[in-house]
Amino acid sequence: MIDLTDVTFSYGTSPVLANVNLHIPEGELVLVAGPTGSGKSTLLGLLNGLVPHFSGGTLRGRVTVGGLSTAEHPPREFAAGVGVVGQDPLAGFVTDTVEEELAYGMEQLAVPAAVMRKRVEETLDLLGIAELRDRGLRTLSGGQQQRVAIGSVLAAGPRVLVLDEPTSALDPTSAEDVIAAVVRLVHDLGITVLMAEHRMERVAQYADRLVIVRGDGTVESGDPVTLMATSPIVPPVVELGRLADWSPLALSIRDARRLAGPLRDRLAGSAPVRRPVSTAQPLVRACGLTVRYGSVIAVREVDLLLRPAETTVVMGRNGSGKSSLLWALTGALKRSGGTVDVRGEDPAGLTGGSSRRLLTLVPQTAADLLYLNTVAAECAAADAESQAIPGTCRTLAGRIAGPLAGEANPRDLSEGQRLGLVLAIQLTGAPAVILLDEPTRGLDYRAKARLAAVLSELSDEGKALLIATHDVEFAAQLADRVLVMAQGEIVVDGPALEVLAASPSLAPQVAKVLFPEPWLTVDQVARALSDTVRRGRPC
Amino acid sequence: MSSRPAEQVERVPTAAPSRLPRSLHPGAWWLWALALAVAAGRTTNPLLLGMIIAVAALVVAARRSSAPWAVGFRWYLLMGALVVALRVVFRMLTAGDGPTVLFTLPRFELPSFAAGISLLGPVSAEAILAGFYDGLRLATLIVCVGAANSLANPKRLLAAVPSALYEVGTVLVISVSVFPQLVESVQRVRRARSLRCSPSRGRHALRGIIIPVLADALDRSLLLAAAMDSRGYGRRTDIDQRARRVTSALLLAGLIGIGVGAYGLMDAHSPAYLGGPLMFAGIAVGAAGFAWSGRRVRRSRYRPDHWRAVDGLVAACGAVGSATFFVADVVELYPSANPLAWPTLPLLPVIGLLIAAAPAVLAPPPGGRP
Repeated sequence: MIDLTDVTFSYGTSPVLANVNLHIPEGELVLVAGPTGSGKSTLLGLLNGLVPHFSGGTLRGRVTVGGLSTAEHPPREFAAGVGVVGQDPLAGFVTDTVEEELAYGMEQLAVPAAVMRKRVEETLDLLGIAELRDRGLRTLSGGQQQRVAIGSVLAAGPRVLVLDEPTSALDPTSAEDVIAAVVRLVHDLGITVLMAEHRMERVAQYADRLVIVRGDGTVESGDPVTLMATSPIVPPVVELGRLADWSPLALSIRDARRLAGPLRDRLAGSAPVRRPVSTAQPLVRACGLTVRYGSVIAVREVDLLLRPAETTVVMGRNGSGKSSLLWALTGALKRSGGTVDVRGEDPAGLTGGSSRRLLTLVPQTAADLLYLNTVAAECAAADAESQAIPGTCRTLAGRIAGPLAGEANPRDLSEGQRLGLVLAIQLTGAPAVILLDEPTRGLDYRAKARLAAVLSELSDEGKALLIATHDVEFAAQLADRVLVMAQGEIVVDGPALEVLAASPSLAPQVAKVLFPEPWLTVDQVARALSDTVRRGRPC
Repeated sequence: MSSRPAEQVERVPTAAPSRLPRSLHPGAWWLWALALAVAAGRTTNPLLLGMIIAVAALVVAARRSSAPWAVGFRWYLLMGALVVALRVVFRMLTAGDGPTVLFTLPRFELPSFAAGISLLGPVSAEAILAGFYDGLRLATLIVCVGAANSLANPKRLLAAVPSALYEVGTVLVISVSVFPQLVESVQRVRRARSLRCSPSRGRHALRGIIIPVLADALDRSLLLAAAMDSRGYGRRTDIDQRARRVTSALLLAGLIGIGVGAYGLMDAHSPAYLGGPLMFAGIAVGAAGFAWSGRRVRRSRYRPDHWRAVDGLVAACGAVGSATFFVADVVELYPSANPLAWPTLPLLPVIGLLIAAAPAVLAPPPGGRP
């Protein structure tokens, strides 16, 4: 179905992909994995000719999909054969209601009206979005939008579906809905699906083939279970399998649980090391915090205490009020009721640099904070804004994001480096409380691990951290305490171990595999295992 | 045990099939509303203008749907009121003459470079009334457009345009949806900027907002362009150069004809040949242009709006109402403001407007499918 023969692609001198040979037969679900910036999106873009027709760059070698070569045909001629869905479904919508969006592609292909009617109905059923048919696209939730986006390319009847991180912005349940819809397309209709995904744990078990884009131009393709053994990035369940020497590795929770019996026995009796519960005076004291947008109540009378050296993670569906809560705490979003007290002061009443010493927020679209041409200029501006000693921000940035060239444009940095830079800018004022909104979006496992290390260091320094995230694995790594929000209210507030391990949708993979033993992360298990080994050998 | 369940008895259809709720062809509502607007353009009689507004409001109240674009009618009413108020205030500022002086404001003489213009001074009832008449006419035009916008989805109207205009329609739809995105992105960035506690005013602050917003907008448009490209947008058979020129010439000539014709129709004092005939000639030439270019576009349309008898009836009601304004007595259509006189209600236009109000019951209830 898809053939890449000796493909080399470069934007400048150094190739993004070098001598790639890839052959994908019909009807496979292919997971494309690799570190951020390794060329995953480039590889996916090659399949309908967006690369290089739209992106520019030099392509050598031959890419054919369904017999058509991308060298001779522009992307629009692939519309009937290859469906492409991007990361942000909203950015790709052309019309404004679900039904019209589904029909749009077919209108371009001049599909007769009667056939269009039929295909729209079929697509609505296939993706389970029939009840949304008259809704405006902007009024849908993220998961629904993503399913509509998939439906809108599917209606044109392609045999290949290309999905670039379809679940990166979704909460765990919506992500499962989307993945389930895709798996159904592969199984029922035999459509070939190529999917790039950072959170491999969501897809790995359904994949027929794993394609690893290494980042040095090489691409490996093969059976997921075999390739996972040597892959530089793996989901937690595979890490656990490597730790316990399972062979073959398990990719699904079900398979892992079957293999995990001996591991559970070895771990019985020990428990993960917990950080002592913080009893210090709270840094943040919010009472009856309420945020309304017109008639919608985004946050409803929330009471919240944040203590030093404690990391609190807020979870909940898209639109449950997490972001509004964070913004209201900073005072940048006007609250409609309640009080916020940060070390005796209300951040909403403070002006200039003084609130930066109390608390700071790294927003979801971190790049909004950047507006200068170079890293050095951004850092200098940050120093000036927080009246810090010149050089403070630069030092912090080096510590958090690794070495950054001062003359680099912040927009050219990788997702992880850019987030690191913004975090450094926001930490320049040495705030006691740090709020982060969806910090792991677009980060691969390595960048996430680095961020987790930085954040736990900050926590050890005595900062109070509040992180809103959908990423259960990230939450499991960091959280001391977990809040779950629904409809603007905090419905659960408790120690991370209890909240995460017990919830069916929020439990990390390790917790699901080792249930009922209370473990959340592979690190915890590894530490416990090395302890038991040491205890086993007395001398 | 009854022999027939009650619900089966109730399933007898209560209305003829054509009365099923459906959205009319957007063109029908637009023609109806534009006919009302033409009528409003031919009179300054406040009684007739008030009646036109009432007719528009009545039909909107009876036949609009609950869609988001349909709830904006009161904003058009408010805008109309604002226009009337502004018009009256401007008349007071520029001190029109008239024998009936109501009160006197201190007079301003503008410096020599604007010689001859004086501001304020004695304010006459005649000036205010003339301002009111003028303002009311403009307000009525606005309300008519508002009625069309509330009764028919403007985007459906774009979808009904000839294939030749399809690209323009797509551009309009996208720009309509881009605007709220831009506002959203400005708000988001402004809020983010406040986190950095940088100055919220001045050149520096503007740069802090404009650069992220523009970068965002650029990213989005590239994504959208890529998405449209990969969904087949722009797959059209090539049009040769000559055909393109013929199309453009026809469209341009048609547009000029319609423009001049509309002016002739609206202005009661212009010669008759400038009105109807030129308008119709323009429409004919324009339609030929559309047909010519539309032939070459290969694209199909999902659920096109159908033009049925009722749609024609609605448009005709508007046209009849408007026609009565062309045969009515000019003196009654333009009541005198100087000397002051009570406007009278001419019979023929009133009957015409009653006919124009008929779609409130004639048109099928909104909702359902086109």
